[in-house]
Amino acid sequence: MLILNCPYCGCYKDETELSAGGEAHLKRFGPGASDAEFEGYLFGRVNPKGVHFERWRCASGCGKWFHAARCTATLEVFGTYKAQTLKPPQAIKDAISAKRPGWTWRDFS
Amino acid sequence: MSTRLASHGRLINRARALSFTFNGKVMSGFEGDSLAASLLANDQMLMGRSFKYHRPRGVLASGGEEPNALINLGVESGFEPNARATTTETFSGLTAASQNHFPSLEFDVGAINSKLSRFLPAGFYYKMFIHPRSFWKHIYEPIIRHSAGLGKAPKARDQDSYEHYYHHCEVMVVGGGIAGLQAAQSAAATGVRVLLVEQTAHWGGRAPVDGVTIDGLAAEDWVAQTLAELAACDNVVIRNRTQGSGVYDHGYALAYERIADHTPGDGRPRHRLWRVRCKQIVTATGAIERPLSFAGNDIPGVMLASAVRDYVVNFAVSPGDRTVVVTNNDDAYRTALCLLEAGLEVPLIVDARPEGGGALMEAVQASGIRVALGRGIAKVKGGKRVTGVQICAQAGEGSVLEEVACDVVAMSGGWSPVVHLWSHCGGKLIWDADQAMFRPDPDQPPLGADGAGFVKVAGLANGHLRSAPVLEDAAEQGRAVGRAAGGKVQKAAVPAAMDAEEVALSPVWLMPQGASYALRSKAWLDFQNDVKVSDVQLAAQEGFESVEHAKRYTTLGMATDQGKLSNINGLAILSKSLNAPIPDVGTTTFRPPYTPISMASLAGEARGELFQPVRKTPMHAWHDSHGADWEPVGGWRRPYAYLRGSETVAQAVEREVINTREKLGFLDASTLGKIIVKGPDAGKFLDMMYTNMMSNLQPGRCRYGLMCSENGFLSDDGVVARIDEQTWLCHTTSGGADRIHAHMEEWLQTEWWDWKVWVVNVTEQLAQVAVVGPNARKLLEKLGGMDVSAERLPFMAWADGTIAGIDCRAYRISFSGELSYEIAVPANQGLVFWEMLMEAGAEFGAMPYGTECLHILRAEKGFIMIGDETDGTVIPQDLGLSWAISKKKDDFLGKRAQQRSFMDNPDRWQLVGLETLDGSVLEDGAYAIAEGSNANGQGNTQGRVTSTYYSPTLGKGIAMGLVHNGPERMGEVIYFTKIGTNPVQAKIVSPVFYDPEGEKANV
Repeated sequence: MLILNCPYCGCYKDETELSAGGEAHLKRFGPGASDAEFEGYLFGRVNPKGVHFERWRCASGCGKWFHAARCTATLEVFGTYKAQTLKPPQAIKDAISAKRPGWTWRDFS
Repeated sequence: MSTRLASHGRLINRARALSFTFNGKVMSGFEGDSLAASLLANDQMLMGRSFKYHRPRGVLASGGEEPNALINLGVESGFEPNARATTTETFSGLTAASQNHFPSLEFDVGAINSKLSRFLPAGFYYKMFIHPRSFWKHIYEPIIRHSAGLGKAPKARDQDSYEHYYHHCEVMVVGGGIAGLQAAQSAAATGVRVLLVEQTAHWGGRAPVDGVTIDGLAAEDWVAQTLAELAACDNVVIRNRTQGSGVYDHGYALAYERIADHTPGDGRPRHRLWRVRCKQIVTATGAIERPLSFAGNDIPGVMLASAVRDYVVNFAVSPGDRTVVVTNNDDAYRTALCLLEAGLEVPLIVDARPEGGGALMEAVQASGIRVALGRGIAKVKGGKRVTGVQICAQAGEGSVLEEVACDVVAMSGGWSPVVHLWSHCGGKLIWDADQAMFRPDPDQPPLGADGAGFVKVAGLANGHLRSAPVLEDAAEQGRAVGRAAGGKVQKAAVPAAMDAEEVALSPVWLMPQGASYALRSKAWLDFQNDVKVSDVQLAAQEGFESVEHAKRYTTLGMATDQGKLSNINGLAILSKSLNAPIPDVGTTTFRPPYTPISMASLAGEARGELFQPVRKTPMHAWHDSHGADWEPVGGWRRPYAYLRGSETVAQAVEREVINTREKLGFLDASTLGKIIVKGPDAGKFLDMMYTNMMSNLQPGRCRYGLMCSENGFLSDDGVVARIDEQTWLCHTTSGGADRIHAHMEEWLQTEWWDWKVWVVNVTEQLAQVAVVGPNARKLLEKLGGMDVSAERLPFMAWADGTIAGIDCRAYRISFSGELSYEIAVPANQGLVFWEMLMEAGAEFGAMPYGTECLHILRAEKGFIMIGDETDGTVIPQDLGLSWAISKKKDDFLGKRAQQRSFMDNPDRWQLVGLETLDGSVLEDGAYAIAEGSNANGQGNTQGRVTSTYYSPTLGKGIAMGLVHNGPERMGEVIYFTKIGTNPVQAKIVSPVFYDPEGEKANV
């Protein structure tokens, strides 16, 4: 059972207190988008082995959404950060680089 | 025969005799006995029958790895199948029965399978039962079902209570042998909080049995001393009868405490599940002795060498008078010495190693016991009990050199570290060729949240077979986890342990190594599931090369013991058959729990009323005392109908519908979701959430709205009221309030986080009553306080005010088609308000009505219900709700999805009303039949029923359904399925059956 630090509560939460929300940093495509763009937004999700960015909700705590950067192969957690951002903070990216030099994820590296 | 000895018995209390029954026979034991020990003391070696061949089986081991001695324990509401006699503590009044036989343990007709074993090889079921296809359902399956399973399923409800316990600490140590005790002590010395658990009732593991001395003390005394020191530490929690069952991600672990298994009825919970969060775990789980694979190794009386000495030393039980020891290592010689000391006879030690062993062998020889080197057992003789062994050369094919009479065979194939907990969460193993064992690879531990290992292994489990390195290892691992968990390491001397010198074992996977087919087909690997050496060889021959495939094909290691004894021997046979090294073949996956734990302990307190909290409206108790027939709705309980006198539910519903249509009805609508959306951007936000426009709603007005998922499908509906310039109140379905609140929060937090909107779920702050029917206004006017006239409060308007002195908000909205006010009052006024309405409404014919009446009223009006007309694949356009989808808005959730070609297409199943030609009620979910059949030979369909009721208002069955191109087919008659009878004809009509112009609500 994973344990993640809720950046709003500032403390660790068991996986059973959280709910998972899938891939983070999605770009929404609405009316005016092509079929391919909309399909990619709604159904196309990356599912890498290794570094991944995910959305989580502190469901049984503060109710806030946050993001977690973790390794899907080893379950190592590189860090969590608030969801109100378009890209991972530099500190999170640095933490990943220290453990997984040369990592890439979608357009981030 | 097996019997109780006058000497030995370190774990039993001879002053406390206990009486119990086995298969109805009264037997006696002593306090401290395991049930297996008690049975052996009563000369009951035969304890069960095997799963496939129904072979007679005796006890093989003395711990949790036992495959044979599974029993039905207890009776009725205290009944439990498949209890291991070796881990069951004997208590006075215990009732045990053997299982998997008919008619009796002594004579079992199923044993014929053993004679047929040549025709029941590995994969028999797959090969046999495939042809002819028609035989499966009526012949094969019933027979297999009858013979499947081990114990009986309990029939009565479990009488006992169970609980969960949450525990947080820095270090958890699993195993209370000398390694676990030392590791706990070393970890505790660093100052961190330590939890130490031991699965049995006693401490010290094997060391006290094996004559180890520590710092000059007998192991037993050192254990007592160390335990007392640990118990005196404030930072240490100690639990025996508690098994470390599973290790999970990020330092989560489960422990299974058997509190009252041995003291039933004393009022304590039977089991307690410990849910542990820690930083570091030490598994000091010891090792399990391996059986040797020789013909007849399953005959009662053949036991593990370590188990034989456990029974003698711990329980003063002699498994038999004459014991032949067969081994490939030095440790088994301890059994011979132990038996000798107990005054029992050891006619021969068969050592497969041509050069024999070291000091222990010399000690045995000095006592005058004959040791046959380079020899093996060709075959064990006997049926329900060993009568002797045939000796052969280990290097040969099984030619008998001599026969030795005996009633016990003590076998030892070496030791396998218990690596289960290390492996549960991804710890890897390495093959230690010198000791012929898999042991934990310290370089590949299970990884925690920080990417570093969080499990360490100590002692025997780590591959240290001698007690001195065991303690050194345990002290080192204890210090290491203490440091990793934030403790401060102090220098301390490691206790010095002494035991006999041993020389290396020689791996023996088959005895004799060239055994013939006849011998191999009687050499058991998996005792519980009846898998023999020949079966694994056949699997390899038939191409099942992966160990995981061979396991499933042969069922090796798939029984309740999960292959604790069999897996290593089985994969060694597989490796030889494949001509591949053992580490290349690898092991099967180790999964928690370590041994089976009770389902009830996993449930804990979550049973009956505590399974899920029930949500109750402020008027719940009133409903309950007025005949409410309850229905669960989204965690709530709502009255389905209020029963009066002797009427049936159906009669009550009919009465409520007619009374509400003709006079006055009250519905407790408090469960309806109520969400306040407020802020400068609230209008903009609601325009995104709803398909229709909410920003242009005027304060004081209400509007029915639809919410879709981003995928375009209808998700929820309800009436939205605009309270003021920046505030809206959104009603949701009763079951949808939490979900919709979370849905709004998700979009606000993750997409439009710069919008200034605040969302609050106030569902439980308000009690809400629907006052419905032609007399609704008369009642409210009688009560007085606010103007509820059509002019001041027209249809789809709301107003704040008071009614009979109670602050309220009245909405002129109608889900029934009648004149209707939904009146919200503070939750704490709800009951008073309701009772006042009931009292004042009596003169107007007021009656409360339940959810079924609500459903019929709305269905007569053709109003959709989320969850009936929708199922996650239905879009508003399918339901004739295009009028509620804004054409003016650039965007809302679901808009883009609904533009996809297959959504934006009239060629779909769409909502219509349905009237049977004979007036009967269609079945819920019935399909509309279309011509022809599909590729699977199933009849084609062209629609289905979504809501169907008997309408008391119209006196006939009415239904709504989704029918292919339905709205264009008005008047057409189509057929609907009806289970067990001919299809029913129904006419496609408008879904609005009652008051199509809406004149009754708008008055």
